[in-house]
Amino acid sequence: MKTLTLAWTYLWSRPLAAALNLLLLSLGLASITFLILVSHQLDKAFERDLQGIDLVVGAKGSPMQLILSGVFHIDVPPGNVSLKAVLELEKHPLVAQVIPLSLGDSFQGFRIVGSSHDYITHYRAQLAQGKLWTQPMQVVLGAIAARKLGMAVGQTFVGSHGLAAGGHAHGENFYTVVGVLAPSGSVLDRLILTDSASVWQVHEEHGPDDEDEKAHLLEQREVTLALLRYKTPLAAMSFPRYINSQTGMQAAAPALEITRLLSMLGLGTDVLRAFAGVLLLTAGLSVFIALWSAVRERRGDLALLRMLGAPPFKLAALLLLEALWLGLLAAALGLLAGQGMATALGWLLRLDNSLLVGGMVWPPALWLVPALALGVAMLAALLPALGAYRVSVLELLQGR
Amino acid sequence: MRFPDVAVAQGATLLLSGPSGCGKSTWLALMAGLVRPTSGRLVVAGQVLNDLDSVATDAWRASVVGFLPQKLHLSAALTVRQNLALAQWAAGIAEDRAAIDAALDALGVAEFSDRKPAQLSGGQAQRVALARAVLQQPKVILADEPSASLDDDAAADAVALLLATARSQTATLVIATHDTRVAALLAAESADCAGLQRLQLLRNPP
Repeated sequence: MKTLTLAWTYLWSRPLAAALNLLLLSLGLASITFLILVSHQLDKAFERDLQGIDLVVGAKGSPMQLILSGVFHIDVPPGNVSLKAVLELEKHPLVAQVIPLSLGDSFQGFRIVGSSHDYITHYRAQLAQGKLWTQPMQVVLGAIAARKLGMAVGQTFVGSHGLAAGGHAHGENFYTVVGVLAPSGSVLDRLILTDSASVWQVHEEHGPDDEDEKAHLLEQREVTLALLRYKTPLAAMSFPRYINSQTGMQAAAPALEITRLLSMLGLGTDVLRAFAGVLLLTAGLSVFIALWSAVRERRGDLALLRMLGAPPFKLAALLLLEALWLGLLAAALGLLAGQGMATALGWLLRLDNSLLVGGMVWPPALWLVPALALGVAMLAALLPALGAYRVSVLELLQGR
Repeated sequence: MRFPDVAVAQGATLLLSGPSGCGKSTWLALMAGLVRPTSGRLVVAGQVLNDLDSVATDAWRASVVGFLPQKLHLSAALTVRQNLALAQWAAGIAEDRAAIDAALDALGVAEFSDRKPAQLSGGQAQRVALARAVLQQPKVILADEPSASLDDDAAADAVALLLATARSQTATLVIATHDTRVAALLAAESADCAGLQRLQLLRNPP
């Protein structure tokens, strides 16, 4: 009989206690897994999607909404701003680059974003096949969008109005796929990218007939928002104030907004962290009590094992292994449950295409969970194992 | 504590008797190498126990001493067969199913091998415990109060079974008891052979 099998049998010889301990440990570990996953993914998303974007300029409204819709593409934008006003910004001495974005349409839940090639260059995305658009109504698919839509270069589709699936279709305005991006890990992966002009074309009744009308249209044209890069970090001091007070637009600094968002989330994560800590502590105590009473209960059996020739360390090892099994099981269950919770959160918030939060990822920090499981189990088993080590055979002989 | 000298031939039977508190447990612990004598010489089954270290003593005990405790201590979580396998685990040797089956068979409890101890009668449980004690074919069998809480018939059966088992393995049998019935039973059973010795322990002066 192997010590591992024996420890397993002893563990499940008291199924209720074992199940309770397993439940407690798993719950604590699941909470920690969930916390690690969510914070890791949020950090990563912020890091990769915010990179190089100093300011987002758009319609007046909630700055958070502007960031979420313009950078992460997970909220609806507050409204539109005039293209002319945005292009004016490009001339401002503190501004290095302006990337205008036009939102509003989608195809099967993937947003169609009208922009310039700068947007793709900004995220250093590479083409996996095809080429970038050269004229309106040509699109380049992000890697995930292409995979999920099952589309390749040469195919055509009609976008629908609105950012969620199910808006009315835009009649005879066919988009043609001319390129597919390689996965870049950025927000581009789940977007359908096209020229800003495509979005205008789809939404304008008819194209400009002559030069006059063209100029008039240009005057009226709108974009949803613009991503800005400063020439100097010092611009952060004055430029947002300039936008907010001198123009009809609103400026939102991603760094500020994300800090605000994280501090809002922070309270939630602190509560969850404390909850996980309490759960783990309870689980540890419960395991300790279970093993301690097991040692007391099996005192005679353990003494008999000594009588049968088992050295003391073997009995201690048996106890430790019993706890180890519990820790291993709890780690597996906790990790699964935590991943499930993260997946569920992503699904609930309808972020499944956003890469923002989801399950089934393994950041290195997640190794903390099995380590913690085994640590707690070992710690809880330490005293009981010592008790087993020191079990007195004389008591057995004296029939006590 | 001080114990009188005693020499028992291999295969003989020793009746260790005396009132409770006279040191029977300590005597058994000495024989099993669980306690070291502070003076005197202790030889069990040809092994001088005085100078064996604790690891070696554990290994020695596993192979040489069979022990039948008063409260059997069959592990409730394990089946009868697993209980015997547990003895082999404790001894640090590989599980030997053939040996286990043979031991259970010899004591007539092979049919219960997949039962849990709770599903056995008292007599059956004692047979299983004895099978566990003799699994490694020990040279010495220590039986601690084998007749405690048994009625006359069962006590007679238990003593007869112990004797028969010890004889079949030519093991030295030590029965520690304060039960006066055992002496008579042993005398009756051992009438034909001369290998019965008695060691009467007296209450040690405090």
